[in-house]
Amino acid sequence: MAAPRPLPRLDDTNRAFWTGGAEQELRLMHCRDCDAFIHPPRPVCRNCLSENVAPRTVAGTGVVDTFTVNYQKWHPAMEVPFVIARVAVDGAPGVYLTTNIVGCPVEAVDIGDRVRVVFERQDDVYLPLFEKID
Amino acid sequence: MTNGDAYITGIGQSQVGMKLTRHPLLLTLDAVREALAEANLGIDQIDGVSTYPGRTPGLLGFSPVGADELVDALGIKATWYAGGAEITSQLGAVVAAAAAVRCGLARHVICFRTVYEAAALARPDEYPVPRRDRVDGTSQWTAPFNALSAATWTAQYAMRHVKRYGLTREQLAQIALTGRANAALNPRALVREPLTMDEYLSARMISSPLCLYDCDRYTDASTVLIVSAGDALDEVSCTPIRIAAMAGSVDRLSWDQAEWMACYPTGIDLWKHTDYKPSDVDTAQLYDGFSFQAVAWLEALGFCDIGEGGRFIEGGKRIALDGELPLNTFGGQIGAGRLHGFGFAHEAVVQLRGKGEARQVAGDPRVAVCTSGGGPLATALLLARD
Ligand SMILES: [Zn+2]
Repeated sequence: MAAPRPLPRLDDTNRAFWTGGAEQELRLMHCRDCDAFIHPPRPVCRNCLSENVAPRTVAGTGVVDTFTVNYQKWHPAMEVPFVIARVAVDGAPGVYLTTNIVGCPVEAVDIGDRVRVVFERQDDVYLPLFEKID
Repeated sequence: MTNGDAYITGIGQSQVGMKLTRHPLLLTLDAVREALAEANLGIDQIDGVSTYPGRTPGLLGFSPVGADELVDALGIKATWYAGGAEITSQLGAVVAAAAAVRCGLARHVICFRTVYEAAALARPDEYPVPRRDRVDGTSQWTAPFNALSAATWTAQYAMRHVKRYGLTREQLAQIALTGRANAALNPRALVREPLTMDEYLSARMISSPLCLYDCDRYTDASTVLIVSAGDALDEVSCTPIRIAAMAGSVDRLSWDQAEWMACYPTGIDLWKHTDYKPSDVDTAQLYDGFSFQAVAWLEALGFCDIGEGGRFIEGGKRIALDGELPLNTFGGQIGAGRLHGFGFAHEAVVQLRGKGEARQVAGDPRVAVCTSGGGPLATALLLARD
């Protein structure tokens, strides 16, 4: 997908997630009081209402929970087909990331595939994409 | 004797088309006029207005007319009104109106949904698409991965049914085939030609497993439902349709954090508000912005078990106009147009009044279920003719 992607507007709450890739780290908001992960990141824990939350680095691996192969060009410059997937993140129960599975043919992706994060930089954003672990 | 229930009385609908040139406020007026005429109400008897999602300045085609705008434009003296997207999907506007009349805040509420997406796309000078440098809110979690349409989000739930429960394309096709067959009998439907299984199976994919015919398309139309208080029914001339139960839910305002789409908890909850059971339902009008949503609603409402939706609709006989559970008898959004939620309630009322003409369900239907949304937000209404 050579065409530029829509990028998120960075703020103090989401910056750790979108820039952790500069250090090759996948960072999710985490509650120091109850150990729950909070995604999308917010300054409060949705599990215990604690404000004692901070970004925590996770392993960066996960499992394809579900996926779709997108064939529609939603704008003329979009290169298709490509895989959009929902990845269940290892070590962060209940957290799913919508992402792309890259580095393999679209036919090679299935539910249950083990995957690992690879970051794609665009401007000041490091997008967490995933590739299959062989 | 007082009647504390809420009823749908007059219903109306404008012309349904693509790239219409009639002003969206006038399309809304067309639907209002038809609804008032059916109920034999005057505009001076309307004292409430409710809509979803309200006027959206950044995306006018999606919702070009606001509740306050309609109040002002039609000279309505309102004692209550509401319009907004932060509600349990489109038919949440009807739920709000029903709550208002049951509390005595209003007697007759115009509920409307006006869509102008095809016209807006065709007239970008009048309806410019806003340029955004960056995305924020919930779309920041999908748009950077080019998951730019609800098609791609819904497709992932559908794919889970394909892989986990064996949902086939031939089964899923029955939503579109049924809708298109019924739309051919509906003079106001957007698409009047039936669809064949061969056409469906050879259609191009949009986002697997959803193909072109699994998706509704941009439509210009307005749909109106008047919600009336039970103790105001003596002012109304049409057969009142009782809102027998209502349910809605939101858990994660997100298409990817929830294990199940919101239709599932909503469908279970609906039956806690009524003595009726799924087996009492004579016709179902279930949201099909994408075909899979209707399959999920069938499961959610208990017409079949979770995962059995594909086998429930297989072959199409059960959900056909003459089947045991006629589904989306006006064509659904796939056939009748993207009326965006309100079309399902409109058709439920048409059927319960026996006014479906060529598409009328046989056997004097008395109970109908209609739904909207189903992804992160969901609303279900059970309607009855007493
Ligand atoms: Zn906590």
